[in-house]
Amino acid sequence: MNQIKNTLLRFQSIIALVALCIVLTLLSDKFLTPENGWNIMRQISINVCISVGMTLVILTRGIDLSVGSILAFSGAVTAGLLKYGVELPAFNVFMEFTVFGAILGGLLVGGCLGTFNGWMITRFKVPPFVATLAMLTIARGATMLWTGGFPITGLGTTFAFIGTGWFLGIPMPVWIMAVLVGLAMFVTHKMVFGRYIYAVGGNESAARLSGIDIKKIKVWVYALAGILAAVGGIMLTSRLDSAQPNAGMSYELDSIAAVVIGGTSLSGGRGSIMGTVQGALIIGVLNSGLVLLNVSPFWQQIIKGFVILIAVILDRLNHPNED
Amino acid sequence: MNNGSNIIFEAKGITKRFGGVTALEDVDLQVHEGKVNVVVGENGAGKSTLMKILSGVYADYGGQLFFKGEAVHFNNPKEAMAQGIAIIHQELNLIPYLTISENIFLGREIRTPLGVLNTKQMHSKTQALLTRLNCHLSPNTLVGALKVGEQQLVEIAKALLEEAKVVIMDEPTSAISDTEVATLFNIIRALKEQDVSLLYISHKLDELFQIADRFIGLRDGKMVGTLEQAAKATKEDLIRLMVGRDLKHLFKKEAVPMGAEILRVENLNLRINKAHQASAHRLKNIHFKLRKGEVLGIFGLMGAGRTELLETLFGLHAKDMTGSISIASEQVHIRSVMDAIAHGMALVPEDRKEDGLVLQMEIAKNVSLASMGKITKNGVINAKSEMTLAKKFIETLHIRTPSERQHAKNLSGGNQQKVVLAKWLATHPKVLFLDEPTRGIDINAKNEIYHLINALAKKGLGLVVVSSELPEIMAISDRILVLANGSVSAEFNQENAHEEKIMQAATQ
Repeated sequence: MNQIKNTLLRFQSIIALVALCIVLTLLSDKFLTPENGWNIMRQISINVCISVGMTLVILTRGIDLSVGSILAFSGAVTAGLLKYGVELPAFNVFMEFTVFGAILGGLLVGGCLGTFNGWMITRFKVPPFVATLAMLTIARGATMLWTGGFPITGLGTTFAFIGTGWFLGIPMPVWIMAVLVGLAMFVTHKMVFGRYIYAVGGNESAARLSGIDIKKIKVWVYALAGILAAVGGIMLTSRLDSAQPNAGMSYELDSIAAVVIGGTSLSGGRGSIMGTVQGALIIGVLNSGLVLLNVSPFWQQIIKGFVILIAVILDRLNHPNED
Repeated sequence: MNNGSNIIFEAKGITKRFGGVTALEDVDLQVHEGKVNVVVGENGAGKSTLMKILSGVYADYGGQLFFKGEAVHFNNPKEAMAQGIAIIHQELNLIPYLTISENIFLGREIRTPLGVLNTKQMHSKTQALLTRLNCHLSPNTLVGALKVGEQQLVEIAKALLEEAKVVIMDEPTSAISDTEVATLFNIIRALKEQDVSLLYISHKLDELFQIADRFIGLRDGKMVGTLEQAAKATKEDLIRLMVGRDLKHLFKKEAVPMGAEILRVENLNLRINKAHQASAHRLKNIHFKLRKGEVLGIFGLMGAGRTELLETLFGLHAKDMTGSISIASEQVHIRSVMDAIAHGMALVPEDRKEDGLVLQMEIAKNVSLASMGKITKNGVINAKSEMTLAKKFIETLHIRTPSERQHAKNLSGGNQQKVVLAKWLATHPKVLFLDEPTRGIDINAKNEIYHLINALAKKGLGLVVVSSELPEIMAISDRILVLANGSVSAEFNQENAHEEKIMQAATQ
């Protein structure tokens, strides 16, 4: 009896996902179709990219509220570089960027902002919540400055391929998501860096006494979260063929929701990338199903909120002794 | 009945176990009314546990409590308080951002009929209490602005508000200055005049004679006797009451041929800048040498600087230390834990759950945590080597577990301690520091650890073992350094080590 209960609790998110799919299939004949399947996958791909970074951060017992803004800024930087290049009148220099160069620029910006988060947290002991909250408004302001408050559009077909193209019968965003998830799983399960992330989040003091460079691990984790947010930003910009100054608003909340529904503990040290993918899938499937069932968007938000609560309550039952 | 005084509070046959460890066994204790009853005993003798039972912190125990002759049972400190038994803990439980008066009335605020706080009345009652304690602070002072000794007064005032009949004080002088101690003792005398009975725990023997009416000795969780007339007792009597356990029949360190010098510490000082730290926490001018195959025991009472010494050597206080550390006759600069590990040092910390283990990680992952370099290539962990490593230590250290994949939190204390040891042995250390290696583990596991220490010495490691258990330190060490107030107060060889002399040096 206990065995059954434990198994049920352990696979709660998969069970919830399957149950959700069955219910939606019964309720709507448009749900279980290939088009809808790819739609859902494409829609969750950006959230999954961000959430992979968020999972790493939360595993170290941190939080990153700035991912939505970093996403917007990196997307805008990429779009701006691609469309207008960079002019440095002081040096009499004008640089044009290839698609590859522009993407690299966007990723670099995301990585730098993430590193800045990590530096604030480790060097000046700013709590992660506050440091990344500050970055949330800093990066948003930077986006507004960079774009002048207007979207940057018309980025060309090569760039659009990233967000809208298909390769070997699978949409590009899904490829990107799959590769990143695979890499992240390898890092967390097989690499020393991943092990140290769990150790730092599980017991920072024991990790320090074991000779682990806590600060280095944390800075890297926030830098990666920034880079992954930039990946999301580039995908979004490409899909819309436009960098919107207010892109990515409240994405950090969807991302935290995916991580939490996926069973990663906010007190650090416990959780997995696969769990987060499941969490993002649950949110994606739910969104799609509710749209197909013509549920009002207002109700959708309420339902999503309760799903988060239920997921966390189940997780509590599973791990009763954590605080 | 002794000396014609009444027994106000009494414990009969108290027994308390934590898991497999017996902390108290069949303890009888009497609190005489209007007297200062002092409980003495080594660290780990069970004093604090007993006080927690008497004050309702622990509600499940064997035996019976009697208050004014009637059987009582407290489910929580609040119930004990309602009967008139208050405890003042070693760590004070005050909120620094609230005033004295707000702290005293926390959870029992006086309200006006409208439900608004009656600040005026609480203020005047606080003032009355403070006056009763001969204290001239304003009830509006923020507690965070008070010195530790003054905060203690606030705790005492809090107890008096509830008309406490018995006040229990757990090591009240461990963190306060000499003048504050004098003030505290005046208050204790004043409380006695007001017919309050005190139960007082301390190991600062010299001070005790100023206030004690009677002494109660606790040793190894058992009651060992009382000295009813404190005035006639001597320090030697007290030490005899505290020590006298015998571990030697269980374990005797083998003589191991000692090799070359492996660790030398010269003129080590540690300053601590934090304003509230008492001077006792600093290290002053520490010298010692350690040879291969030698077990150096470090004994000291709480606050003597034992843990700080190990932490400093291990690179945890690099900014605040001065002095020189040499490994194998070569001076080294240890600026971080990473440096310490690179130089062949290892530290098994005092609190394995807080500092030793990542509890929700598997045994294998805990074992490899400090030596990842040995099982990785290009940053990728070789899972097979990791399992092999864990299996090796599970076998050699006799870690009792169904598999190396078991989570560390599911192990018993002794097995957890062995996992921490395994983690450090996996780094192939030259010098191993062990801080209270047998705290909170059962007698069999203790013995296994003693034998392991011996085996490691035989292999040529240098070991430094900190322990507050006297028989233990005497059984396992080749040489014993005694720390008192951050300095080495005495050094003993195995031959001339003597319990009472060591205790004397530690209580200087």
